[in-house]
Amino acid sequence: MARLQLSALTKMYGDVRAVADVDLDIREGELVVLLGPSGCGKTTTLRMIAGFVAPTSGAIRVAGQDVTRQPPWKRNTGLVFQSYALFPHLSVAENVAFGLRMRKRPEQQVVAKLEDVLRLVRLQGLANRLPRELSGGQQQRVALARALVIEPDILLLDEPLSNLDAKLRQEVRVEIRELQRKLGLTTVMVTHDQEEALTMADRLVVMSNGKVQQVGSQRDLYENPANTFVAGFVGRTNFVRGHVEAPGLFRSETGLGIRCHHGADAKCRMLSLRPERLSLSMAPVAGAENCFPGTVEFASYLGGILEYYVRLTPQDRLMVQSPNSFADPAYAIGDRIHLHWPAQAGLVLADDGGSTS
Amino acid sequence: MARGALPAPAALAAKTAPIVDSRLLGRIALLGAAASGYAVILTPLLFVCWLSFFSNEIVSFPPQGYTLRWFAHIFDQNNFVSGFITSLQVGIVAMVGGLVLGVPASLMLARRRFPGREALNTLLVLPLVVPGVVAGTAIYVFQIEVEIATTLPLLGSLAGLALAHIMITIPWTVRLLTASLVGFDRSIEEAALNLGATPLRAFVQVTLPVIKPGVVAAALFGFIASFGNLEMTLFLVAPGQTTLPIAILQYLQWRIDPTIAAVSLLQIVLIGGGMLITDRYVKLTRVL
Repeated sequence: MARLQLSALTKMYGDVRAVADVDLDIREGELVVLLGPSGCGKTTTLRMIAGFVAPTSGAIRVAGQDVTRQPPWKRNTGLVFQSYALFPHLSVAENVAFGLRMRKRPEQQVVAKLEDVLRLVRLQGLANRLPRELSGGQQQRVALARALVIEPDILLLDEPLSNLDAKLRQEVRVEIRELQRKLGLTTVMVTHDQEEALTMADRLVVMSNGKVQQVGSQRDLYENPANTFVAGFVGRTNFVRGHVEAPGLFRSETGLGIRCHHGADAKCRMLSLRPERLSLSMAPVAGAENCFPGTVEFASYLGGILEYYVRLTPQDRLMVQSPNSFADPAYAIGDRIHLHWPAQAGLVLADDGGSTS
Repeated sequence: MARGALPAPAALAAKTAPIVDSRLLGRIALLGAAASGYAVILTPLLFVCWLSFFSNEIVSFPPQGYTLRWFAHIFDQNNFVSGFITSLQVGIVAMVGGLVLGVPASLMLARRRFPGREALNTLLVLPLVVPGVVAGTAIYVFQIEVEIATTLPLLGSLAGLALAHIMITIPWTVRLLTASLVGFDRSIEEAALNLGATPLRAFVQVTLPVIKPGVVAAALFGFIASFGNLEMTLFLVAPGQTTLPIAILQYLQWRIDPTIAAVSLLQIVLIGGGMLITDRYVKLTRVL
């Protein structure tokens, strides 16, 4: 385990900036998730840390030591590949022992460590199997064991769960996270799955177009997104285009005057409203900071929550999520209702073009 | 029963009958085509095998009886024995040489994109396309020129012959190795590097074992291509030096007893056996 620092890390492919000026300081034992859509530069960043991609500029430091120009085999990182990349001709035991053999550890030590790590990932009985004789979940654990056994300074996870089915994914998520905590491994994980990111991360890094959009905790990203990209990518939200008319008042392009708390910045032209912060009622709500009449256009019953699309004006349709409680009635398509929310639910954000999602 | 309850089974049958017929017809046609294909390939081989046991001095039908003496006769012929040894030596050198040149060439072709890649790909198959007589003449002239320029005794030497044979193994090795490298998942090489292997160790301990079926097939076919070559070799052997195919040709000029068939049968058994044994350890069917 070690501290990992990326400073002004940049990778150009011709004129394309795959990764631009990434600065990150990752504490010992911290799990940081790089989150973003495909092509955002997260995988390139991970591959630069592993040494497979040479940065165009910038530096990578592990435990204070500059490793930017070191080849992959001299860096002590353990990478778990998306495809697992197990050696198909070697048994589970030989796959896991590969890194120790490369390090020329004495046979006695190899055997002992092998036993420990196989127990850790619950693969004791399968040491002599070939990878193709294992299930997807077992292969994934072999890949993890192979990366852990070398006691890497940095553990790198490249979409480690994307090849598992949904149910298994939830279990393995928790398993990996607990293991990582127990071993105190500094870890960088790449994913495009926000639920996975939110479950596992100490800290998240949202990336888009090669740039870091925001770094923060789950709560930071959700409650205080830096821009419309982050607001749209982490969780779901409604966007209303317009401008700040006066402090605390946002005027939509369609003429709605919406009370909100944030923003006096003239550049910020987008209001974000999280669907679960909006409420429905049959009658107008007296004293509500925002209350508009509307019509339910679409209703979905999702078990724990009810989801509605509510038409306010010919151009404005908002998504609303209500808890499925006994207190709230269920509304039907065509119901004429009132939509209300407190001023603090409205966040005025800079529009970076990510608001279409 | 339930079947009787169906409304109109007769009408259904009438409708489906023509379809079944055309399917059956297709199956018969396919079987016929496959059978005639096998017949074309196997008939000459079976005849050679049969002939080698005829007791007639001159091959003719019907056989007057059967004998094994032609097999014994092979080993009385010095030409066959020394030709076999030469062919074996040249074949092994050509096989190894073909792999040494073919592996890096295939790596480049399968993994890199560079200008002229397609052209190079075609060029490396050329030895298969150029008639043996043409290649033989060209190499003959070339080796004479080299000999004049360097005074190295190339022409007629075993080394000169082996060099020429390396050339005819290249199309086989490059094709077979490229095919097995194209489907290769590069991330397993990266995994090896990540775990501390140098690129060379990753290649030897991970890449080579994984593409082993391709390497073995390349070696085998390279050897067979060299072992059976006649036309090109005719131009390059020294006076008195023979390979097995040349020894067979020379024998045929004077005699047509079943010895030739016996030699051919031995060759078939040798190479066929080699393929079967190899296939037990490496599944050749995965690359061929």
